[in-house]
Amino acid sequence: MSATDGVQIAGAQLASRLWIGTGGLTSIATVTDVVEAARPGLVTVSIRRISDQSEGSLLDELRRAGVRILPNTAGCRSAREAVLTAQLAREALGTSWVKLEVIGDETSLMPDVVELLSAAETLVEQGFTVLPYTTDDPVVARRLADLGCAAVMPLGSPIGSGRGISNPRAIEAVRAAVAVPVVLDAGIGTASDAALAMELGCDAVLAASAITRAERPAAMATAMRLAVDAGRLARSAGRIPELVTARASTPTDGRMGT
Amino acid sequence: MNITVNGIPEPVVDGTTLAALMSARALPASGIAAAVNGDVVRVALWAETVLADQDVVEIVTAKQGG
Repeated sequence: MSATDGVQIAGAQLASRLWIGTGGLTSIATVTDVVEAARPGLVTVSIRRISDQSEGSLLDELRRAGVRILPNTAGCRSAREAVLTAQLAREALGTSWVKLEVIGDETSLMPDVVELLSAAETLVEQGFTVLPYTTDDPVVARRLADLGCAAVMPLGSPIGSGRGISNPRAIEAVRAAVAVPVVLDAGIGTASDAALAMELGCDAVLAASAITRAERPAAMATAMRLAVDAGRLARSAGRIPELVTARASTPTDGRMGT
Repeated sequence: MNITVNGIPEPVVDGTTLAALMSARALPASGIAAAVNGDVVRVALWAETVLADQDVVEIVTAKQGG
């Protein structure tokens, strides 16, 4: 296995395990630099009402960059709203892939897992490749996988909080609970968070605010790409166990004075 | 008659089709989708979709998002 091996989602090979979101970009022009630096497996976009400004430029930039586009249902508060948004996304972008988000609380932006499961079931039935943003609960993750979701995307900490992975043991439990790919979504603050996600056994990491709201987004995108590779390699390298006591690394044989 | 387009009330002549409504706007050639009263209307059906009084039309595209 090389550090840069890709990940398979629903039979499609994605070249990178770093996925990025475009939310929080200060300008459309930045997206090209960020994509170049991150070399992401895919890039997420939202579906919103068209306005009179020069629309389409984000899509144009992404298409020029040749990246796979993953529409999300960000901001939806019910299964019904999320299903309609996914259907609109399929029509607008010609993809049946959707990052399914159903938000249950405006302050914490935590997923409403009841609505999420309902929407996932409907969309899977309608032939969508569903990648649900969910809590770090292994039971919900298994339910989503059982419904036919192509991956599960547990949160590390609240969206945009940059607090990293609040409960690493929960992410490991999600990893152990499902056979489908696990993509750490939400909460990534800096590169070490992305590396930790991979060390915990995640198959990919989605970072949005951590990159787009960094002082230098392209530099952070590079850092994230390297961190995802480093974490993936470390996971496969077989880390040493944590010990309560010290264990000398230098042999005692030939020590002077003995 | 009056319809609502992306949350804004708009008077249109009777018999207006979704295709006519869309072509009257400066929209990009691709990357857009429309729904009428909460149901997606595929591009192929825009021309035969005649709007009715009080219809609610949503026109969307891809924007920034995580």
